[in-house]
Amino acid sequence: MSLLDHFPVLVVLLPLMAAPLCVLIDRPRLAWALSLAVSWLSLAVAASLLFQVLGSGPISYRLGGWPPPWGIEYRIDLLSAYVLLIVSAIAAVVMVFAYHSVAAEIAADRIARFYAALLLVLAGLLGIVATGDAFNVFVFLEISSLASYAVISMGRDRRALHAAFQYLVMGTIGATFILIGIGFLYMMTGTLNMQDLADRLPAVSDTRTVRVGFAFLTVGIGLKLALFPLHLWLPNAYAYAPSAVTAFLAATATKVAVYVLLRFLLEIFGADFSLRAMPLDLILILLGLAGALSASLVAVFQEDIKRMLAYSSVAQIGYMVLGIGLASPTGISAAMLHLFNHALMKGALFLALGAVAYRIGSVALRDLAGLGRRMPWSMAAIVLGGLSLIGVPPTAGFVSKWYLVLGSLEQGLWPVALLILLGSLLAVVYIWKLVETAYFKEPQTAPVAVREAPLSMLIPVWILVAANLYFGLHTEISVGVARQSTVQLLGVAG
Amino acid sequence: MSNLPGLYNYWIAVCLMMAGFYIVISHGNLVKKLVGLALFQTSVFIFYISLGKVADGDAPIVTPGVTLYSNPLPHVLILTAIVVGVATTAVGLALVVRIYEAYGSVEEDEIQVLDGADDDANEGTTSLEETPEADRQ
Repeated sequence: MSLLDHFPVLVVLLPLMAAPLCVLIDRPRLAWALSLAVSWLSLAVAASLLFQVLGSGPISYRLGGWPPPWGIEYRIDLLSAYVLLIVSAIAAVVMVFAYHSVAAEIAADRIARFYAALLLVLAGLLGIVATGDAFNVFVFLEISSLASYAVISMGRDRRALHAAFQYLVMGTIGATFILIGIGFLYMMTGTLNMQDLADRLPAVSDTRTVRVGFAFLTVGIGLKLALFPLHLWLPNAYAYAPSAVTAFLAATATKVAVYVLLRFLLEIFGADFSLRAMPLDLILILLGLAGALSASLVAVFQEDIKRMLAYSSVAQIGYMVLGIGLASPTGISAAMLHLFNHALMKGALFLALGAVAYRIGSVALRDLAGLGRRMPWSMAAIVLGGLSLIGVPPTAGFVSKWYLVLGSLEQGLWPVALLILLGSLLAVVYIWKLVETAYFKEPQTAPVAVREAPLSMLIPVWILVAANLYFGLHTEISVGVARQSTVQLLGVAG
Repeated sequence: MSNLPGLYNYWIAVCLMMAGFYIVISHGNLVKKLVGLALFQTSVFIFYISLGKVADGDAPIVTPGVTLYSNPLPHVLILTAIVVGVATTAVGLALVVRIYEAYGSVEEDEIQVLDGADDDANEGTTSLEETPEADRQ
């Protein structure tokens, strides 16, 4: 076997192995350099995996050489290759940004351990996506969650500790629910391999055990996803975490949870069972809409911009879940598109906000007054990211909203389409509040010479902003991949 | 329904699960919340171990003359979950220690009052070292 054959596991192993090394070297700059190198290597591996999958179809990797139903299988199909690429690309970009940001926000003696934990989050997230084994999903989920509690608690504010604790309690309940759900499935089928589960479940799907397992899994994943009534941990966790962590988690963690939801609902249970035999389609549409509208409304009244954008994340998750609930190929590809595009826009927004926090030490709305002139590049990035969030045409956000509206109209659900547009209008309101303060208000205090953020921060921000514009204009890549993955997922499900 | 008494392990698991879950929801003390969380997770371990039992099966150790064994796989899975549970409790307790140092309390309602005061101050720059309560026992 050549090295290329080991890529499916290598993409997870690289950050997993580098994390303890970071602790051992315990030098801030070296730990950062190692994390940077590893995240870019992971990105390269993920990109090569995507090309392999595009060229020759799904890859199955046997861990330790045991054949699939008995051994643990790593399975990379189009959807997982796509999500792997998103997660590792965001990680690579955030690592570049992190150097100055982390040095400013975290005590020097903790920096090496911070990077170790951040790499563990990355390893866990990549593992969830790469694995083809249901129990492995739980293990990687806990690796990434435990490490993310630690990185969130490293925020400067003491409220970060409380936020991390609340996340720990809710996250553990969610993960344990997933564990219970997997237990029920194992009870009925005697297998943990996802493909094998998908083959065996239809025969036993009309039993109470499977339905209970399904309910536990959905609620558990919903907790991790920050699905509307289960989202309470998210705003505080994102608001008080260090800037780099917020950008990384907002762009990846919930997206991976959406991936898990897609995988379990559509591939393992199959769309016929989960969206038609069970009333989950209606539940997802209602919760998605409720989440999108209520969280957008709450976002309008936030004075802390990080928290405003965190609520906006809850709203965007609502749109993704809504797309899945539509249960049509268009709806599901819209959900996947939004998964990808939201990673780009929230990554750009939170990173730009991190640059602002680095210079002015605050993310309160009033402290942003007049900043448009003093930090033109960072603020321009926030404006463009905000436009993408609203869904204005030349940006990526428009593409996914377009498909979402199209999907709901296809089903004749025009009130849903109207409510999606209403949600976008609310986004206009909260983004406008930001723009107004930054560009049309005079600074309150005597200007302490606030300069533009350093290049090592601006470049990552603008890479993501450029990606927002690029994928808004060249839709064939993202739409093509989303459509193909939808066909694969629904095809496997029958 | 007649086999319900025979499934008593599951009854125990579910009762423990609900007790743990109730403690997590109802108690304001962060340490008690963690106790509830640990109980909740432990009940799932019992659930998994129970489902590995095969009726009349022997312990899964190769013994001459025995042909029917219980399924050892759930036990192995749950070893992993136990490690996860221990790690969660450890991280949780570490956070509680830090919270006590920063807030001077481990009661959720008191912490929420202090959080509210921080929100009103709306600074976002409260330093961890500047909390006088930390020194007070």
